[in-house]
Amino acid sequence: MSEHAHPNYVKIWGILLVLLVVSIVGPMFEIQAVTLVTAFGIAFVKAYLVVKNFMHLNVEPRFLIYMLATCLAFMGLFYAGVAPDVMAATGSNWVKPSFVAALDPYADDGGVLGH
Amino acid sequence: MRPIANTRDVTGVPTGRLAIWWVIGSEIVIFGGLLASYLMYRLANPGWAGHAAHTNVVAGGFNTFVLLTSSLFAVLAHQAAEAGNGKKAAKLLIATTVGGLIFLTVKGFEWTHEIQLGYTITANTFWSFYYTAAGLHACHVIAGMIVMLIVAAKARRGVDLHHVELIGIYWHFVDVVWIFLFPLLYIAK
Amino acid sequence: MAVSVGSEPTAHEDHHHEQSFWSKYVFSTDHKVIAMQYMATGVVMGLIAGFFAYAFRMQLAFPGMDVPGFGIVTPADYVSLVTNHGSIMVFWVAMPVLLAAYGNYLIPLMCGCDDMVFPKINRLSYQVFLLSAIVLVASFFVPGGGFGGAWTAYPPLSAKAEYNLTPLGSSLWVLAVALEFVAFLLGGINFITTAMNSRAPGMKMYDIPVVIWMLLIASILFMLSVGPLIAAAIMLLFDQNLGTAFYDPNRGGDPVLWQHLFWFFGHPEVYVVLLPTIGLTADIISVFSRKKLFAYRTILYTAFGTGILSFFVWAHHQFISGIDPRMAHIFTVTTLLISIPIAEMMFVYIATLYGGSIRFTTPMLWALAFIGEFLIGGVTGIFLGASGADIYLHDTYFVLAHFHYTFFPITIIGFYGGITYWFPKMFGKMMNETLGKIHFWGTIIPFNFIFIPLFFLGMAGQHRRIYNFEHFPELATPGLQNIRVFATTALLIMLSFQLVFFYNFITSLRKGKKAGKNPWKANTLEWTTESPPPHGNWPPSELPSVYRPPYEYSHPDREEDYWPQNVPN
Repeated sequence: MSEHAHPNYVKIWGILLVLLVVSIVGPMFEIQAVTLVTAFGIAFVKAYLVVKNFMHLNVEPRFLIYMLATCLAFMGLFYAGVAPDVMAATGSNWVKPSFVAALDPYADDGGVLGH
Repeated sequence: MRPIANTRDVTGVPTGRLAIWWVIGSEIVIFGGLLASYLMYRLANPGWAGHAAHTNVVAGGFNTFVLLTSSLFAVLAHQAAEAGNGKKAAKLLIATTVGGLIFLTVKGFEWTHEIQLGYTITANTFWSFYYTAAGLHACHVIAGMIVMLIVAAKARRGVDLHHVELIGIYWHFVDVVWIFLFPLLYIAK
Repeated sequence: MAVSVGSEPTAHEDHHHEQSFWSKYVFSTDHKVIAMQYMATGVVMGLIAGFFAYAFRMQLAFPGMDVPGFGIVTPADYVSLVTNHGSIMVFWVAMPVLLAAYGNYLIPLMCGCDDMVFPKINRLSYQVFLLSAIVLVASFFVPGGGFGGAWTAYPPLSAKAEYNLTPLGSSLWVLAVALEFVAFLLGGINFITTAMNSRAPGMKMYDIPVVIWMLLIASILFMLSVGPLIAAAIMLLFDQNLGTAFYDPNRGGDPVLWQHLFWFFGHPEVYVVLLPTIGLTADIISVFSRKKLFAYRTILYTAFGTGILSFFVWAHHQFISGIDPRMAHIFTVTTLLISIPIAEMMFVYIATLYGGSIRFTTPMLWALAFIGEFLIGGVTGIFLGASGADIYLHDTYFVLAHFHYTFFPITIIGFYGGITYWFPKMFGKMMNETLGKIHFWGTIIPFNFIFIPLFFLGMAGQHRRIYNFEHFPELATPGLQNIRVFATTALLIMLSFQLVFFYNFITSLRKGKKAGKNPWKANTLEWTTESPPPHGNWPPSELPSVYRPPYEYSHPDREEDYWPQNVPN
């Protein structure tokens, strides 16, 4: 077992709860920039706190951090390689009817149960 | 019967912990593939915001709170196990498991309500992703709870106390996945 | 055992208990037994897939024929046969034999430890794998028959029962593949942690035999690439059974997403099965050239480079799927780049051979054949990697011949090379060299006669997945038909020569010459224990330590031409 000093876990838990409240309240203003920062930016902060303090990744050897970072980087690569095709509504000799409909601002929300 | 191989640690990381990090690496790409696909669809379909508005932010937020708290218990269990206090570790692990149970119960009510309103898995691809991603995550919660009860039963007898840390790391990972699922599925509108 | 036995020095006393048949061979946690189970399952599945190849090749050469042992091949049978031939050969032969069987057998032995780090997880891995094989075989017998949507399972064909007409077969197929991935994830954790953490005292990074490095890198590649396909398989199962629309463009989905998810795994997968064969070929070549492996470190760096680069090439399978042309350019460049590291490895092998005292034993022949045959596979891949040429060649028999020229050397040559080399260690007997060479030539020559003609058929425009070429006048000319008959005849010859191997295997097992500890005079650790190794591999007090790199052959200061890793000086 590791011999590292234990941080104050309850304090970190408190910080996480504060961040949780911010991430719920922030998007209620319905301003896109605020939503992005509060919902997703704070998710990264929360994940960082959990990974560092609860999972103790900070005391593990470097190669483990690199390994996990590689996993994440490959997912970024996957997104970069796939998004140009999957997000397009039309391409060379093909059309995705539902995606075309989704681009039309006057159409309903694309589903059978739109409000 | 533990093989001698299991007692060596050339890399400096104990074997169990090394293995659990590799498990997490492979889990990252499982959830990563699913969430990357969701993100692409989501960004290409602005209309999905209308569907996301029907999710229950309060229930999702409460569940985040529950998981964060259970993570706190799991890490306190690790601290207790490191101090050699197996009984306390077992109690804290059971508290963690109860957290998982509350999480699943809330989820059950939430889903029942949504399905009654007609937002089933086939209603729209947003809802397909909603149930698939949260369902896959719930499977991880259930698996973690089962293993955690086994570890707790052993820890109570003072056996395999280092397993407490391993299941804890897994549980925190499940927590981290939820930290990202929550804004992706509930908040972004 | 001097190092880090920790608090459980007596844990090994029960290693030498008498065990019942069930606990010794069926529910064993011993890595060697599990390796044999994997290998036996893989070979049985290989025979099934070979039989499928026989059935559909007969149909192609003699359309409408009543194939002996199978009967009339209907169109539904045909697609099911080719689909399952491909799936089995990749997922239930190449993976279990190369990665799981050799990985399980060699990693603990060559790293000098008594077992895998998690023996029970190892056993669970095999049991899940066996279950997946049973599910797959069961899918052939359900109403509607086995899945027929090609081993790549592109939707919408695979997603909708109205299209594939095999509602049960396709779901069972996806389920079997998913179970198989779970099995190899469990196995992979064992491989990686054992090779990283449990090496013999003194075995530093550059003292690890190349085959172990390659198994390790292959396991890592597998673990990092399989996730998206697991997610994709879940989505496909839901599309099939719950009516979701992840892959249905009319209802908010996209079929190309599956292709991306599949090939994001599928291309690294090629290297997952290639690297173990590259590794064991390196070991065999060094041993039978009696010469130090040329540029050991270069091979490692190259392998890492290949591994990383293999994640950047997947879309070359999709050049005609309508992907963004700008992306096609990028993927053309990366695809052509990846031939560099592989070519480098081939040069390293040739450089190792140069000036060595080469012994043409059966395993050496297989290793040399791997270099030659894989080269053809690699070079023809250049044509397909270039997006312009691929537009014409895609989905023709040229592609088919190309990947058989890669997968046959990887899987079949790799399997035979490994089994002929490690047979003395596995079973304590020598194999018959004459029969081994007859089998070698009887496999390699017909193999080329099967697939070289298919390159020409492909260039003539013959498309894949056509059940009966009589329906296509341009493809039904006597000239082309004769080539098909020729290829099928070569297949029959090659399949019949496999009987020589099984005969050799059984007679060597029963009456072969005793092998002794180190029949090939090799350096690596597995040759320092008994043949076959006992449970626990070495007596616990005699676990080896390592003093030098694994390829010190013909060292000038030594009288003998080899210098085992565990000898202090």
